[in-house]
Amino acid sequence: MSLIPLAAIIAVLPLLFPSAYYYRVAALVFIFAIASLGLNLLMGFAGQVSLGHAGFMGVGAYAVSIGPSHLGIPSLFSFVLGATVSALVAFIVGRLVLRLKGHYLAIATLGFGLLLAIVFANEATWTGGPDGMTVPRFTMLNWPIRGAETWYWISAVSFLLGAVLAFNLIDSPTGRALRAIHDSEIAARVLGVDVAQKKLTIFVVSAVYASVAGSYLAALNGHITPDVSGFLRSIELVTMVVLGGMGSIAGSLVGSALIVILPQALTFFHDYEHVALGLIAMSVMIFLPGGIVPSLAVAIGGGRRK
Amino acid sequence: MAEFLQFVFSGLTVGAIYALVAIGFTLIYNASDVVNFAQGEFVMLGGLITVFLGYAGVPLLLASVFAIFATSAVGFALYYFAIRTARGANAVSLIIITIGASIFLRGAAEIIFDKRFHSLPPVFDSAPIRIGGAAILPQSLVVLAGAVIIVMLLWVFIGRTLFGKAVIATSANRVAAQLVGIDTRVIVGACFALSAAIGAIAGILVTPITLASYNAGTLLALKGFAAVMLGGIGSGMGAMVGGILLGLLEAFAAGYVSARYKDAVAFLVILAILFAMPEGLFGKAKVERV
Repeated sequence: MSLIPLAAIIAVLPLLFPSAYYYRVAALVFIFAIASLGLNLLMGFAGQVSLGHAGFMGVGAYAVSIGPSHLGIPSLFSFVLGATVSALVAFIVGRLVLRLKGHYLAIATLGFGLLLAIVFANEATWTGGPDGMTVPRFTMLNWPIRGAETWYWISAVSFLLGAVLAFNLIDSPTGRALRAIHDSEIAARVLGVDVAQKKLTIFVVSAVYASVAGSYLAALNGHITPDVSGFLRSIELVTMVVLGGMGSIAGSLVGSALIVILPQALTFFHDYEHVALGLIAMSVMIFLPGGIVPSLAVAIGGGRRK
Repeated sequence: MAEFLQFVFSGLTVGAIYALVAIGFTLIYNASDVVNFAQGEFVMLGGLITVFLGYAGVPLLLASVFAIFATSAVGFALYYFAIRTARGANAVSLIIITIGASIFLRGAAEIIFDKRFHSLPPVFDSAPIRIGGAAILPQSLVVLAGAVIIVMLLWVFIGRTLFGKAVIATSANRVAAQLVGIDTRVIVGACFALSAAIGAIAGILVTPITLASYNAGTLLALKGFAAVMLGGIGSGMGAMVGGILLGLLEAFAAGYVSARYKDAVAFLVILAILFAMPEGLFGKAKVERV
């Protein structure tokens, strides 16, 4: 589908990069696109909001830092371990909070994210406390990964894989059940959908996406602080999803690209980052509730879809 | 015993602030069904505007009055420009809008003011009062008295004035209220402004004790919400009791368990309430219509 042109863009894009800095920014775009793609599965397809998703990014980020430095676990294995722990945490937390709806769910997930950030800031012997810690060089089977260029390829290919997975998931019975839940939970239940189990599945999947993104982010930056799992990071992810378009896989990439690139490109955005983030979140919901990609698709496609 | 009493005093003081945040939440929720995530920012704005006007040489009483009015204007603007424009948006959209407003206000405060902690001189500059071996700051009594006065004024205002009756009518049934000639937009806008004013007063009262900073709002909002859930969503009485209870729980957790994890108490309370008794202490069970 739309993945072949995307793969082509990923392959050609580096030809336009004048310096390593561009690789870094592009890698960041794909890393956040992975996390927002996961969140989009939850928000856009299943209709469940999470204001604490950066918590899972934090789990992934601290896994690839603490694993090699404190526990002597190789990076690659720590990375997998981080994703597993995220899935497990999501499973437990999800079982508790996913029966909530609307603002109850929003508050519960917000609190969960804050709680994780508090843990990361307080357990200084493991995490270095509020000042954060240095992330050991990520080694993949004795191959130390260096430079933004390599991370560009890794994150771009991972995003592609994530998108393939997401497309397959949406087209599966689980995907159809999720969309039914989004439209009406009661109707879905009447049709025999195991609502609680389906929601939990997608919550766990989206947590794994966030965890993977968190691990990459930590490895790319070489240093992490509890901010990686902070409230603002969670809101950044939500803004990426709604800006690009809820329920649009391409939208996740567009939303992440805008939120990552704007502060780099315009100093105005850099200085007024939070003001801009808040304004974007508010204005999109008020004036463009569908988000950029779906709205464009409707504008271009004309009367093709309803 | 002295230790226990000390925790009670500090719990009551922060509890009074949580109660005021919770009442602000309840006011807006009852009038408009919106859960306002920017409620904590009102508290932050009240404190910081007063502090910075004070730095500029404005007498503190005047600065406080101005801060309360300025914050109400922000609350009204939030309704007028964001909530009203997005009429008919679903719950998730409204959550994102008020979260956006919260980040926006926090970012604006970071630019207009600064990132440091600020304090105000207490109303009564005297030594802590000693009761049974524990000490209580005079300012804590001011906070408690302020909270009680605000709640009583609000109670009289809602229960005894025509405007208050219109608020009750709007929260009971918006369409019916419109049919009897109430302009519900004015009512909801006024509730946003009033709720912001209550938040600002809470911020001014508590700044001498807890200090004010641009990023204090998020945690306050979470705790205010926990207080609301504890008391039962939509109940004014519940907001008050829930706030005080949460403050006490937090103080005991900080004192007897772990001071570093006291902020986790609010979240655990939310979870416990949601599972044990979702309607809270004073709330009514809600029947969901299909």
